[in-house]
Amino acid sequence: MASVPVLEIRNVSKHFGAVKALTDVSFSLERGEVHALCGENGAGKSTLMNIIAGVLQPNEGDILIDGRPVRVTSPAVAQSLGLGLVHQEIALCPDATVAENMFMATTNRRRKLFMNYGKLARDAQAVMNRLAPIDVRGNVGDLSISNQQLVEIAKALTLDCRVLIFDEPTAALTETEAQTLFGIIRDLKAHGISIIYISHRMAEIFSLCDRVTVFRDGRYVSTERVADVTPDDVVRSMVGREITQLYPPKQTRGERSAETILTVSDLGDGARFHGISFDLRKGEILGIGGLIGSGRTEIAEGICGLRPTSKGVVSLWGARLHSRSYADAVKAGIVYLSEDRKGSGIFLDLPIAQNISVLDLKALTGPAGLLNAKAEADLAGRFVRRLGIRIGGMDMPVSSLSGGNQQKVAIAKQLAVNPKVILMDEPTRGIDIGAKSEIHRLLRDLARSGIGVVVISSELPELLGLCDRVLVIREGSVMGEIEGEAMTEEAVMRLASGIGVNESSKASGHAA
Amino acid sequence: MAVDTLATEHAAPAPGWKKLATMREAGLIAIILALCIVMSFASQHFLTLGNFRAMLMSFSVEGIVVVGMTILLIVGGIDLSVGSVVCFSMVLSGSLFLMGFDPWTASLAGILASAAIGCIMGFFVTVVGLNHFITSLAAMVIVRGICLIITKGTPLSLFTLPSGFKAVGQGTFYGVPYVILIFVGVVILFDFLLRRATAFRKVFYTGSNERAALYSGIKTSQVKFWVTVLCATLSGVAGVIYMSRFGAATPTFGAGMELNIIAAAVIGGASLKGGSGTILGAILGIALLSVVTSSLILLDVSVYWQDMIKGCILLAAVSIDHFLHQRKAI
Repeated sequence: MASVPVLEIRNVSKHFGAVKALTDVSFSLERGEVHALCGENGAGKSTLMNIIAGVLQPNEGDILIDGRPVRVTSPAVAQSLGLGLVHQEIALCPDATVAENMFMATTNRRRKLFMNYGKLARDAQAVMNRLAPIDVRGNVGDLSISNQQLVEIAKALTLDCRVLIFDEPTAALTETEAQTLFGIIRDLKAHGISIIYISHRMAEIFSLCDRVTVFRDGRYVSTERVADVTPDDVVRSMVGREITQLYPPKQTRGERSAETILTVSDLGDGARFHGISFDLRKGEILGIGGLIGSGRTEIAEGICGLRPTSKGVVSLWGARLHSRSYADAVKAGIVYLSEDRKGSGIFLDLPIAQNISVLDLKALTGPAGLLNAKAEADLAGRFVRRLGIRIGGMDMPVSSLSGGNQQKVAIAKQLAVNPKVILMDEPTRGIDIGAKSEIHRLLRDLARSGIGVVVISSELPELLGLCDRVLVIREGSVMGEIEGEAMTEEAVMRLASGIGVNESSKASGHAA
Repeated sequence: MAVDTLATEHAAPAPGWKKLATMREAGLIAIILALCIVMSFASQHFLTLGNFRAMLMSFSVEGIVVVGMTILLIVGGIDLSVGSVVCFSMVLSGSLFLMGFDPWTASLAGILASAAIGCIMGFFVTVVGLNHFITSLAAMVIVRGICLIITKGTPLSLFTLPSGFKAVGQGTFYGVPYVILIFVGVVILFDFLLRRATAFRKVFYTGSNERAALYSGIKTSQVKFWVTVLCATLSGVAGVIYMSRFGAATPTFGAGMELNIIAAAVIGGASLKGGSGTILGAILGIALLSVVTSSLILLDVSVYWQDMIKGCILLAAVSIDHFLHQRKAI
């Protein structure tokens, strides 16, 4: 390994506004090695990969290829430098054929007047045959998600890459397809191509990779030879951090209540989740953990009528709920805070007061169907004060606020209907530390006042620091429930990534 | 007021988005006034009561349609069929009258039939799932075709309309034409409803962020449906007034009107992306277009130039809209 690394990242930092995604990160990739990159959700892996692929620009630091510094200013530049990225999310044109999708980059680079579709299809089929028997003349939109993922991989193989990045490539693949992919990766490696392999699955990393680098909170932690470490070591360095943030005190043993607010039993939608059962007790904050895409959001949407369910029962204070729409759920007292704040949480260009009042306009409407503007302003004013939302004026659009204050407006909107249960999906995503702990304290106060609080979070420290009990979801099922002493980051990661299932069942046994 | 105390409580005197919005309306008023002043020097006929009344009359009926279009734009839709529906209402009422119906009954039938066209468009938008543009484009052509079928292509002469009915379009009340009174009434009613009524608040929610509205339990399909119906209904009302005013119904009437209407709403600040727009702004928009048209005529500008100049004004207004939206995103 005395040779110059194919790709080297030196002291790269990247921040989005006030949020630091990467801080002084370094990383090097040897020729012909498969190098795993591990870290929790939000550790900065995807940000780094997007920087390498030219999608994002670093604020500081250098990228070196064969020891020479380069500036990867766009995905096209990355391709010309021989850097290919297989995205975690599928980024294909659904209305174009598989072949056209696979050769999109090549077609874009060619300076020819006409397309040679015959040759395109032959070349594409040759590459595709190595992966799976997919007809390259069909449209991508007609393929299943796992086949689309394979097209995404095939697309990267058509590029003349020296470095290929796979961002959780097996997330949507079946076991057999994954095995085929591993064969191809070994083959690429034998041809001297270097691979960066991002995955949460320890088994894959340990069977496939040569070295493993761990990131945590946007910082570099360690790089080890896979032969020298165990999966447990890797998990430990992924999560092993001091809890520096102060969380509000949890429920004491004496405060625990036997009263159940919400009961979910055997809930399923026939696709994304199944057999979901749990109780939400009075006074507690229940956490739902798991990897992104494990079905956490879908479960919450199923409970509050935003997604049709095919099976199971939801009961609130012992009474069975029949919410066919979200409006029904709100009426019953269950509200949901979407993880996608800008997309489905708030109305950016409408005034703050109008955002807070939206869930229950009826309460503000007089007999003539007219809104009582004063009552609306009073309602909004009450919540602005209660949540300490910092605003310029009540009639200013929400877009004039900081991310943390926007989130508080979204929460105020939920609280304005006096809910019995609030489901919070990533309640503190993308907001600064100060606002974060204010929201944590608020959630604790709500729980103490008798409102059922469910928090979905990808941030392990938040999940463990804030919640009294945590359910871990993997592939649409509850993998285990942990509570009290058993609530460690390692326990959650084990359940979430599916390693050490035996120990996890012990953990849930302990909780029960 | 609670709003005021809060605003001061939280210090930071607002840089004023509201101010900017009113600035736009103030800006429009300033442009219109400036144009009037220039014109009063350029033509001795401009600053006369007769000319102003003519201008007001000319945009009053279109203004009723602009109100509907603005609300539809706020919800994120558009209606290209308004010109055809205006004509349809006119032609249908006219021929019912000729068949022996009472003119008021005939007019009511025309307006209800226009609302029914709105319902059909609303069905295609909300149930079938087509967008407003395509749906109303098809409706524009189909409804125009129906007008030609009803009239067999020839204008209906309605000089036998009773004077009581003609008064709607031609009479005055203490010197003010009824047309202008109806127009002002519609503007005040919908401006008020848009600002105060709960049902119309949902229009803003839906247009601003449909998914967030849906996630707030608002039945966005219903909102879009009824706004589509409202716009077509107001077009029907305008058609009946035109019939009364002209004492005739022409099957080609209102062709191209939709462009004027949309242009007026957009100049007045309605966004094609939905979520914003005011009645006052839209009315100022159509007033501006009307003053421009009147000026071009008085200045003896060739008819061939008029459309081009109006088009340029529209382009400038849409550019401003785009610019403001970009600024907003930051």
